[in-house]
Amino acid sequence: MRPFGLYVHVPFCSARCDYCSFATWTDRHHLVDAYLAACRADADRLVAAGLPEVTSVFVGGGTPTLVPGDGLVAVLDRVPRAAGCEVTVECNPDDVTPQLVDTYLSAGVNRLSFGVQSTSAHVLAALGRSHDRANVERCVEIARAAGLRTFNLDVIYGAAGESLDDWCRTLDDVIALDPPHVSAYALTVEGGTPLAADPTRHPDDDDQADKYLAATDRLGRVGLEWYEISNWARPGHECRHNLLYWTMGEYQGLGCAAHSHRDGRRFWNLRTPDRYIEAVTSAASVEAAGEKLPADERDLEALQLELRTLRGVPAEALDAEALAGLVEPAPDDPTRVVLTVRGRLLANEVALRLRSPTVTAG
Amino acid sequence: MDLSRLRNLSIVAHVDHGKSTLADRLLELCGAVDPRDMRAQYLDSMDIERERGITIKLQSVRLDYRDHVLNLIDTPGHVDFGYEVSRSLAACEGVILLVDAAQGIEAQTLANCYLAIENDLEIVACLNKLDLPAADPDRCATEIEQVLGIPAEDILRISAKTGDGVTDLLDAVIDRIPPPTGEASDPLQALIFDSYYDSYRGVVSSVRVMNGVLRTGSRLRFMQAGAVHDADEVGVRNPAHTPVPSLGPGETGYLIAGIKDVREARSGETVTEASRPAGAPLAGYRDPKPMVFCGIFPIDGDQFADLRDALEKLRLNDGSYTYEPETSTALGFGFRCGFLGLLHMEIIRERLEREFNLDLIATAPSVAYLVRRTNGEEVEVDNPSDLPPQVEVEDITEPFLRCTILTPKDYTGTVMDLCQTRRGEMVKLEYLSPERVELIYKIPLAEVVRDFFDQLKSRTQGYASLDYEDAGYERSDLVKVDVLLNGVPADAFSTILHKDKAQEYGRRMAEKLRELIPRQMFDVPIQAAIGGRIISRETVKAKRKDVLAKCYGGDITRKRKLLEKQKEGKKRMKNIGRVEVPQEAFVAALKLDD
Repeated sequence: MRPFGLYVHVPFCSARCDYCSFATWTDRHHLVDAYLAACRADADRLVAAGLPEVTSVFVGGGTPTLVPGDGLVAVLDRVPRAAGCEVTVECNPDDVTPQLVDTYLSAGVNRLSFGVQSTSAHVLAALGRSHDRANVERCVEIARAAGLRTFNLDVIYGAAGESLDDWCRTLDDVIALDPPHVSAYALTVEGGTPLAADPTRHPDDDDQADKYLAATDRLGRVGLEWYEISNWARPGHECRHNLLYWTMGEYQGLGCAAHSHRDGRRFWNLRTPDRYIEAVTSAASVEAAGEKLPADERDLEALQLELRTLRGVPAEALDAEALAGLVEPAPDDPTRVVLTVRGRLLANEVALRLRSPTVTAG
Repeated sequence: MDLSRLRNLSIVAHVDHGKSTLADRLLELCGAVDPRDMRAQYLDSMDIERERGITIKLQSVRLDYRDHVLNLIDTPGHVDFGYEVSRSLAACEGVILLVDAAQGIEAQTLANCYLAIENDLEIVACLNKLDLPAADPDRCATEIEQVLGIPAEDILRISAKTGDGVTDLLDAVIDRIPPPTGEASDPLQALIFDSYYDSYRGVVSSVRVMNGVLRTGSRLRFMQAGAVHDADEVGVRNPAHTPVPSLGPGETGYLIAGIKDVREARSGETVTEASRPAGAPLAGYRDPKPMVFCGIFPIDGDQFADLRDALEKLRLNDGSYTYEPETSTALGFGFRCGFLGLLHMEIIRERLEREFNLDLIATAPSVAYLVRRTNGEEVEVDNPSDLPPQVEVEDITEPFLRCTILTPKDYTGTVMDLCQTRRGEMVKLEYLSPERVELIYKIPLAEVVRDFFDQLKSRTQGYASLDYEDAGYERSDLVKVDVLLNGVPADAFSTILHKDKAQEYGRRMAEKLRELIPRQMFDVPIQAAIGGRIISRETVKAKRKDVLAKCYGGDITRKRKLLEKQKEGKKRMKNIGRVEVPQEAFVAALKLDD
């Protein structure tokens, strides 16, 4: 059976992190009920139109834990899931309670992703986060106690005032919680955010490179294996839903601003919850725009995505000699090459040198 | 035509002293333009002129006033076009000296006035902008009396803006400027003092008949160009082109002779009749000689052919610049161009970009050095890349200018300081009035083309003015500084400099490039060198991180576009060896002031 994913977007937050450019709002809580209703209706419509059984679900945001657990679960229940379906919900450590986790798990949620970001108080403050390290430990305990088999901890490096030592301590604290999966992201300056407007707080490339190397080193040492630019997991705990993204897999987005990829076409929904609700209630299309690339560009896109992963790309897609030190033969497949650690840090440069087989043939 | 009713004159004025405005008033007073068609700066022909508020050259025009015919002939208002000024003045019997009463006389105006005096032209001096509160006509009149010997009481006072005094000025022109003389029965001698290219009619030349008669339909010989053309149309501008059967001695008008290239009808050319030629051409002709050189390259290499076409076409209009193909490792294919001066260079570059829709990059301006090799051979070098290796150079001489600077006395110190840092040698310092000083310096041309004028203006809050003339070649202690990226010379940054300035140039260029060149996949050493000797070194550290942290469902399209943009950016980069340098880095580095 071909994998097929469902992404559910929850566009509400209690506070906006100043580096965030996602489609999320802090002043639309009054729309929560209407929004969840619209998601249910939209899901019904999609199912009626032939949505395949899904093999993975990912609920992201925004802050999914900000909406009532039963409300979220009710949305998920509208979409038929295949046996063994991976169901992930992103959680803000501030919101996690045993009751909420129970609600999720009893509805089939089997993976949680906690936004830890850092365990340094001053770094969390710089990131505009209100939780603390104890909160994170509590979340993990709750998840374990509830019998959750797998979870992820999200961390961010490169905030203003974060030293390399701070970052290493965060890594050590995270590792001490023995997570099956860690996502470590370089803080990125996105246009239009308050962070973008303050160059004094912009991360430094060299500092972030050092921190990436520290993460690679520390996570690798405890058996968390690298499998995508910013992702590490114990074998078997890779996020199946995210893997879909990197392998040109198909998925449907549910909710405002959610992206879909079906039948060779990428498209995305109306950006604001208001317009999304309105479209659903008036039985109009929720799609904002889309694109269908020509075959050669799709091939190239596939390579660009695969390049980010442990699977790598076919050896002939790159001039490995010219990129010595940045790529190396894949460990278990001599016909493919993968990024070295240095190459991962320069993945864009490598991606620019990819040649799509259909392009070179023509 | 009765010669006694004819007056040929120019207006000599500094930029901004109100020449175009005065011309507008004269057009109105003489009824030359229907009020409905009147617009400000009517005679300024180029967009660049209107935009910059400067007049490079007005169209000449014929005006009727008090039963007299006035031919108003313009002189270009910039030192780059000194030769053109001399040809325009050769077509006149007198000039209106127009001076801003709030500013006083400026250096170029003074130089042009001296030229007029040398040519025995009558000078009608007048102070303009009397309507301004800052006008100080008494002081300015005293100054003019002191430097030009024109009695202060003879100096008119007008406001071209309001029209006050302009009638008096016209009366003075008729009363004081002598009518032309000339012999109608002599063989034709007509002076071309301006030519421009019209895409419909070909070259349109401004002519002044000295002797004989220029007839429509006659066969003409262009004496310096050695070419024969038929006079397809002869006419006058009032200001619309109005054909006439002929122009007699003393008259001024235009000539269209089926010429496709302005270089065949240059300023200073003498036109005579092929069937009955004059014995000799008029004196004073010379070929335009480029003084300032630079490389001009298309930012997009694909535009090379377009640039070549543009240079060819524009030359129909301005025959005074030169160009030849040049290849640069840094900038690709382009042209080495020679210009009359810095403003001329800027104008040509701007016209190429604007009229031909090109994106261009220009290297730092250079001058023509004379290099004597150890084997005795002498070569002219206007491109640093062409300088022979140091060991083969016996000595280098460079062109000098005699620069005249007029400045309010408070800025004397800072102007002297500027001249000295530019290797200037003082020739003279004189008070023109208690308030204003004339400084004469001998300065290498190479120092003047390096933003000297901008510096002069900024140090004196715009009050100082500059004029210069050729002062011959002199030997200097000059070296070539090369800039190497990762060991490969980036020829666009090579420059010929005085030895004492090489270190500083090398240091600043290396520093600047370190800031401008993006980090590469490897360390990039930047070195400045004289011959094999490294005088400065910087390193652009290897780039360590260039990766998108997140790439989930919603990021994929964005990521693809980002990479496409990055790829486009790379296409626009120039490769020096393995180093990718963005075009902007070259542009910014070439703007390095000294």
